[in-house]
Amino acid sequence: MRNTISALLLGTAMVLSVAGVASADDKTVKIGVLSDQSGLYADLAGPGSTLAAQMAIEDSGLKAKGWTIDLISGDHQNKPDIGTTIARQWFDVDKVDTIVDVPNSGVALAVNNVVKEKNGVYINSGAATSDLTNAQCTPNTVHWTYDTYMLAHATGQALVKAGGDTWFFLTADYAFGAALERDTTAVITANGGKVVGGVKHPLNTADFSSFLLQAQASKAKIIGLANAGGDTTNSIKQAAEFGIVKGGQKLAALLLFLTDVKAIGLETAQGLNFTETFYWDLNDNTRAFSKRFSERMKNSAPPTMVQAGVYAGLLHYFKALEALGGNPHDGAKVVAKMKTIPTDDPLFGKGEVEANGRVTHDAYLFEVKKPSESKGPWDFYKLVGTVPGNQAFTPLDKSACALLKK
Amino acid sequence: MQALYAQLLVGLINGSFYALLSLGLAVIFGMLNIINFAHGALYMMGAFVAYFLLNLGGINYWWALLIAPVIVGIFGMILERTMLQWLAGLDHLYGLLLTFGIALIVQGVFQNYFGSSGLPYSIPDQLKGGVNLGFMFLPIYRGWVVIFSLVVCLATWFLIEKTQLGAYLRAATENPTLVRAFGINVPRMITLTYGLGVGLAALAGVLSAPINQVRPLMGADLIIVVFAVVVIGGMGSIMGSIITGFALGVIEGLTKYFYPEASNTVVFVLMVVVLLVKPTGLTGRAA
Repeated sequence: MRNTISALLLGTAMVLSVAGVASADDKTVKIGVLSDQSGLYADLAGPGSTLAAQMAIEDSGLKAKGWTIDLISGDHQNKPDIGTTIARQWFDVDKVDTIVDVPNSGVALAVNNVVKEKNGVYINSGAATSDLTNAQCTPNTVHWTYDTYMLAHATGQALVKAGGDTWFFLTADYAFGAALERDTTAVITANGGKVVGGVKHPLNTADFSSFLLQAQASKAKIIGLANAGGDTTNSIKQAAEFGIVKGGQKLAALLLFLTDVKAIGLETAQGLNFTETFYWDLNDNTRAFSKRFSERMKNSAPPTMVQAGVYAGLLHYFKALEALGGNPHDGAKVVAKMKTIPTDDPLFGKGEVEANGRVTHDAYLFEVKKPSESKGPWDFYKLVGTVPGNQAFTPLDKSACALLKK
Repeated sequence: MQALYAQLLVGLINGSFYALLSLGLAVIFGMLNIINFAHGALYMMGAFVAYFLLNLGGINYWWALLIAPVIVGIFGMILERTMLQWLAGLDHLYGLLLTFGIALIVQGVFQNYFGSSGLPYSIPDQLKGGVNLGFMFLPIYRGWVVIFSLVVCLATWFLIEKTQLGAYLRAATENPTLVRAFGINVPRMITLTYGLGVGLAALAGVLSAPINQVRPLMGADLIIVVFAVVVIGGMGSIMGSIITGFALGVIEGLTKYFYPEASNTVVFVLMVVVLLVKPTGLTGRAA
């Protein structure tokens, strides 16, 4: 009898607590920044992403309006199993509402499923794969900063039109590399170019000389680097060593971050063309934010586009929460709200969250400056072109996202 | 066919790093009976010291080749004096765990201060450019790495196997008490040997700085492969580790050509095969 009573009491308490959490004017939010904290993507995301999230919370002004916002961070170590374990623990034990960042497409896609299952909010900034808003789209996912389709179209198209019609790929052998190669190949063939060969290399390769020799032997005009982080910097550095650029072949770094250029050095990186959606020195707004950001970074680095995306994505998320008047702890509902509000923030400018979760904003074609043109420790890019937001990303009629087929 | 020659040569270049590193490991294991897991971290320190010498002290690559191994070697000797020496006579596992811990700490400290994407270090002017060999474009620096490390490897082998000092060392490993009875300071010799092994790792680090990024994790990425090299060659065998180092570099290079996806694993597949067929390694003797 006593057991029954205590069970009933416990049950009532649980119902009450759940009901309490679900009330509409609940103003508590818990955010988890899931990133690569110490591996090859740690500099372009990692601790800087956590700082960006912290600044978004401060700048949202929600705390002054009575909101309680908690922030935790985790290290997925570029392993999908670790990423999903952390995500599950965050939702089940720590009661996290929203997961942000998640660089590494392999981990990002795995976490994507967990967030949908737990009905959380997923604001991805760090991962590149366009599958997040295509075949694998969910009502819980917003893909903020960039994707492989955008990279392929902006950089790929510009290079093919400039006469680079034969390509050889060096591709990182995981979800991201495959997606980037696939999307770029589509652009090349659509513009009359041809892919003459390619190699898939393991993630985190130190020596690229074998692969570069194969690329050299292929006589392709463009060597497309469908890799990221340390893999890209090593490829570029060693390509210079093997005289590939001097021999007339051109390198296309399909994904290059500010921190990569820093690591390669302007001497070797000068003249590279690539695409990003954010650069710290774009305009007064980005410069002001970057100044505040770098003052709080351990190595005084300005934000990368991934870190900027974490900031801007969270600002937009907070706008949606405020519009809802409280946190419903219902991921799909919050994301639906995010899609109804046009995006407008100091870092990425105006855009929108499309029905498939894709955020559109302008993309910029940059060229790495010559050492003589650089005026400061992070003065690396020259703007050479802008692709408007509505042209940079997958057109909705070409998206394979099931959410669009209602 | 031309491509094949090129891949063989490229394999040889990577092999020189494997050889230099596994040689240091073999020396340390052979003389101190310690499985030195900190080797990768010390290799990384060598590259960082070269970077600091250049950027803070204006000291060029050639001096770094000499100074960096000495500085890191002294760091190694301090480690040996303060920590490793107390593990003499204990199971290998203790040395392995201690050095693994040291490696994690050193890497963590460097990562904390320098991030993960690395710092640039350019090729010295005298070794810039390349020569066209007909079948490939060989960067002069890479050719230099092969020749230089081959010379260092053979010199180390000569020192240990063919000189009076080497004879003392080998004797001290067999029977320290007896060697001490002849008036030789065995603990000091052990410390110096550890310093030598560590210096070799740092030297490899300086050599690789212009090729790879100077990164805190550069050693962690390499050390597992190098351990496989040592296991295949036979723990503690000096010549074995040199030959296996170069040979595995070549095999890995060929894999990168014929089946690139497997290039990270081929060394370990070979290790399994060797362990199954000849557990003491290719040149190892039964204990």
